[in-house]
Amino acid sequence: MSAFAELEQVHEAALADLKTALTTQALDAWEDRYLGRKGEITLQARQVGQMAREDRPAFGRRVNEIKQLLEQAHASRLEVLRHSELTERLEAEAIDVTLPGRPVVRGHLHLTTQTLRELYDIFAKMGFEVYEAPDVELEAYNFDLLNIPQYHPARDMWDTFWVEGGDQQRGNRRLLRTHTSPGQIRAMRERYPEPLRVILPGKCYRYEQITVRSEHQFYQVEGLAVGPRITMTDLIGTMTEFSHLFYGRDRRVRVRSSYFPFTEPSVELDTECILCDGEGCAVCKYTGWLEIAGAGMVHPIVLANGGYDPDVWSGFAFGAGVERPAMQKFGVEDIRLFYGNDLRFLRQF
Amino acid sequence: MKIPLSWLNDYVKVTDLPIEALRQRLDLVGLEVGGLEVIGYPGARLPWDPDKILTAEVVSVQPHPNADRLVLAEVNYGGAENEIVVTGAPSLYAYRGESGLHLKVAFAWEGAELYDGHVEGWVKSRLKKSRIRGEPSRAMVCSEKELGLSEAAEDIIYLPDSTPVGVPLVEVLGDYVLDFDIKGPFGHLQSVYGIAREIGALYDRPLRQNPLGAIERLNLKAAAEAEFVDLEIADPDLCPRYTATMVRDVEVKPSPLWMQLRLQRAGMRPITNVVDITNYVMWELGQPLHAFDYGIVSPRPGSSQPAIIVRRAAPGEKMTTLDEEKRVFDNDMLLITDGEGPVGIGGVMGGLDSEVDDETRHVLLEAANFAFLNIRRTSQQLKLHTEASSRFGKRVDPELALPAAARAAELLQELANAAIDPVVIDHYPGKPETHTIDYDPQLADRILGIEIPHDEQTRILRALEFGVEPEGATWRITVPSYRLDARLPIDLVEEVARVYGYERFPGTVIDEELPPLRRNRPLEDEEHMRDLLVGLGLDEVITYSLISPEDELRLAPDPERPLAWPGDSVELQNPLSPERSRMRRTLLPGALRTAWSNLRYLDRIAIFEIGRIHFASGEPDLARAETGVAEPRHLSMLVTGMRRPLWWEKGEAGLEQMDYLDLKGIVDTLLESLDLEDNVTWERGHHPTFHPGRCAVVSYGDQELGALGELHPLVREAFGLPDQPVLVLEWDLELLLDAAAASAKYIGTLSPYAPVHEDLALVVDEKTPAVTVRRSLLEAGSPLVQAVTLFDVYRGEQVGEGKKSLAFALSYQAPDRSLSERDVSKLRARLIKAVEQELGAKLRGA
Ligand SMILES: [Zn+2]
Repeated sequence: MSAFAELEQVHEAALADLKTALTTQALDAWEDRYLGRKGEITLQARQVGQMAREDRPAFGRRVNEIKQLLEQAHASRLEVLRHSELTERLEAEAIDVTLPGRPVVRGHLHLTTQTLRELYDIFAKMGFEVYEAPDVELEAYNFDLLNIPQYHPARDMWDTFWVEGGDQQRGNRRLLRTHTSPGQIRAMRERYPEPLRVILPGKCYRYEQITVRSEHQFYQVEGLAVGPRITMTDLIGTMTEFSHLFYGRDRRVRVRSSYFPFTEPSVELDTECILCDGEGCAVCKYTGWLEIAGAGMVHPIVLANGGYDPDVWSGFAFGAGVERPAMQKFGVEDIRLFYGNDLRFLRQF
Repeated sequence: MKIPLSWLNDYVKVTDLPIEALRQRLDLVGLEVGGLEVIGYPGARLPWDPDKILTAEVVSVQPHPNADRLVLAEVNYGGAENEIVVTGAPSLYAYRGESGLHLKVAFAWEGAELYDGHVEGWVKSRLKKSRIRGEPSRAMVCSEKELGLSEAAEDIIYLPDSTPVGVPLVEVLGDYVLDFDIKGPFGHLQSVYGIAREIGALYDRPLRQNPLGAIERLNLKAAAEAEFVDLEIADPDLCPRYTATMVRDVEVKPSPLWMQLRLQRAGMRPITNVVDITNYVMWELGQPLHAFDYGIVSPRPGSSQPAIIVRRAAPGEKMTTLDEEKRVFDNDMLLITDGEGPVGIGGVMGGLDSEVDDETRHVLLEAANFAFLNIRRTSQQLKLHTEASSRFGKRVDPELALPAAARAAELLQELANAAIDPVVIDHYPGKPETHTIDYDPQLADRILGIEIPHDEQTRILRALEFGVEPEGATWRITVPSYRLDARLPIDLVEEVARVYGYERFPGTVIDEELPPLRRNRPLEDEEHMRDLLVGLGLDEVITYSLISPEDELRLAPDPERPLAWPGDSVELQNPLSPERSRMRRTLLPGALRTAWSNLRYLDRIAIFEIGRIHFASGEPDLARAETGVAEPRHLSMLVTGMRRPLWWEKGEAGLEQMDYLDLKGIVDTLLESLDLEDNVTWERGHHPTFHPGRCAVVSYGDQELGALGELHPLVREAFGLPDQPVLVLEWDLELLLDAAAASAKYIGTLSPYAPVHEDLALVVDEKTPAVTVRRSLLEAGSPLVQAVTLFDVYRGEQVGEGKKSLAFALSYQAPDRSLSERDVSKLRARLIKAVEQELGAKLRGA
């Protein structure tokens, strides 16, 4: 047999052997056997010295060709084997991907905070800045300067917690603010003669037994706009926009005449009930309407007490609840859940 | 205030208006209808079937052949033949054997739904054909209870003689009762007539009866004096007007049905005609009246003429009021007295002794006016709130006194066969001037933002009985005497606006420049803090600001070591209960109580609160406004229970419960978020509320931010918490936010060179805090030492008794070069030398 034929035979045997190498170890053995330092191809290459001179170049070329072909075949075979071995290993590592994950604990903002932030955002869009006033107030700010003198019937609207001690002179007596309205006077006195657009959020307190529907502590957000040409239609426009942003744009708003000592004219604003769409339900007491704010044009006496000449300036004010709208939105029936802080309740928001 | 529609209908036609439409209109103009009770009509608790429940007439009464207590009544109900009805009504029993009667009754056919008169409570039943003791019965005559009118079930209801026969009962007795919820001190809206007047103006309908015209109808004369009583107003500042009417020979008896029904529907209990009439006129006109038994009104000493003196009480003067309470008065309370002493508190309540009763023969009728603020003061001081004081407290028109007295006299004449003296004594020292307002109708345009035509404004004001002289730019408006609330031009704007109708107002966008814009940094920072804490896994709570003094004491279990408060507490004069009597000076009781209530349901609690504390402070910087009360914001945190929620893979045994380091970890991360981690100092704390060995105090500069640690076991017990570590923190949020604002940092250029990492294990005294070693390394290695992280704590034989080994991972980096081996070894030597000199630390294994 010629050297050439023998070379081709080795080539074919190597290719056939390669097919039987089913693991990377078998493949390594195959590589040693054919391509290693003492491998068969290497041995073939050594025969070149015993060959006729004229055959040598052709033989050498062929050996190199076959060597390259086998190396390529080995590489692609290796790739296939590695891949299938990896696949096998990964399959063995499979887990139950539906197992509950390692818990990450997440905190929750109190529902009141979330509602307050919503109100801040909505009124910020309309240019209202947040202004804060104290919880413990002077009688003068909570009542007298708001056009509610002592023994005035309007004081019946607020059951008041009075603070012990201090100056017991009328006006200087201290109390827990019954509403956020005293902040109106404070904001006006601080900012005069600038025009004003502020909201006054805060905790308020009333001498009321704690029941499903009433709390002795609650939040309010008061609004106040003072300028040279502020009007009742501005109030209606502002509150309608508020209602659209807070309750939904498709809900109608209605305005009723009302009474507050610090506004004149005074109104109350209602929005169509979000629970029954105005059909009437227990939440809206079968009226189809939910009260969203008491409001009105700032009384000239209050404007003057704040330092603004009522012949030149006008303003509107409104007071909105915080817990009530949240209760309406989520169908919460018991106001005690807010400051009873049952975490099972608070974590739902 | 409840007002039957039928009553309103006496003065202005309203029964033709759909009730819901009327109600809505009233709501919109400020006459809020808080409730609506339907009687007899569809929608009522018991609607009266108009085909089956009719008016009828009992024409004869015969004995029942088989029953002693029953009778057979022959009833004409308007049908072709009279119906025989079996009944046990006691009043009909008295007519046994009589015929030719005309007793008007309420009659129900079989099939009618009625309340069962024989069982307790309100049980509906349908009338069925039956035999009663052998006599057939397919109809009945009804009691008030069976019709749902009252609880009276003993006897049947009799209708007025003038009632037509055979008409649906609902047309005669059906009604709607409007429950008005009038906000504000509006005396003129506290009466049926006052509301009728408003409705007349709203619907442009004339008033059709004048209850104020009884003076003319009875031909009464007002005079300063008369024989029957010697009247004196000694304190006219508290009593602007007092009238006395002499009513002789009253026949005290029950009022007629129509008046009883009206009073009942208005929410009052009928008593006798005399009392009922004073109540009726109060409801009708809004003027409280008082009837004295004339026989007990004593003369002054030495006189025989009964006397009424209206005067301030002598301090400590006493009287027993109608409610049988003994009252003691002060010098600012106004009494009605006779020659001997007090017979009533002016405008609040009469005395027990002068009350009208069945024996009363003559009545002295008081219709007066009192200073409203003083009435309110007296009523509040005595804690005595009556219909009269409530009305006077909302201001009653003094002009009303005389017409109301005459109206009551008219009714007493009609319903109690009384004789009225033609002269009424009228002292009127406080007669007010007619009030006028100069009104520029353009004010309405300026305030309202829409133009309401001036003739429309005139029409509205006139409909509300204001006098309008629309001449020139400023109109002269004459205010009706009863509109005590209308004093300023702006008050007229409101009248115009509400009657014009807010539903006709558009909404507009404020057409003005925005005020100068400002940020509210304190609030922004506070909200940011909330977000950070929620991000750290804490739930926000908001607890009560009012707490119990006991809870403050519970925080200091050792009486020798009371808590140091920043100032005196703010106490309430009138707390709801001792548990809510003091403004909190700490957030901890709220946190601990929240933990307590939640541990009933949850095994893991991690909460925070950001809120204000309150204390008296003389420092003007601290006190908000001029109240002398400081209200700084505080931050509290509380964690307790399972380190992580229940999960299927077990954690490290023995480490399931959260401990001090869980809270510390939260705080470390928080401080890092605020760039404060390297700017605060940690020290062992000695706060009485905490476990003495597990409490830290954190400071920024010389300002103490606050404490954190494990709750003292005695405090834990005092708050009823279970035996597990409860970790709490309370810091001054104002200081923390100031510190964060001051230390916001920027590292400068970031080094592009790789850092060198190495570990150092240092053996120190057990008592040396890890934070001190770390700080020492950072300071000695500055600026090349970038990070020092504790990664192991070892105690044992290898390091010796009273010692511990702290292993730190350090990273070194220079901004401008790669550090050489030489750099690193020099740095290492410097670090080791520093901790050795400062803290006596030794390199472990060295
Ligand atoms: Zn509804």
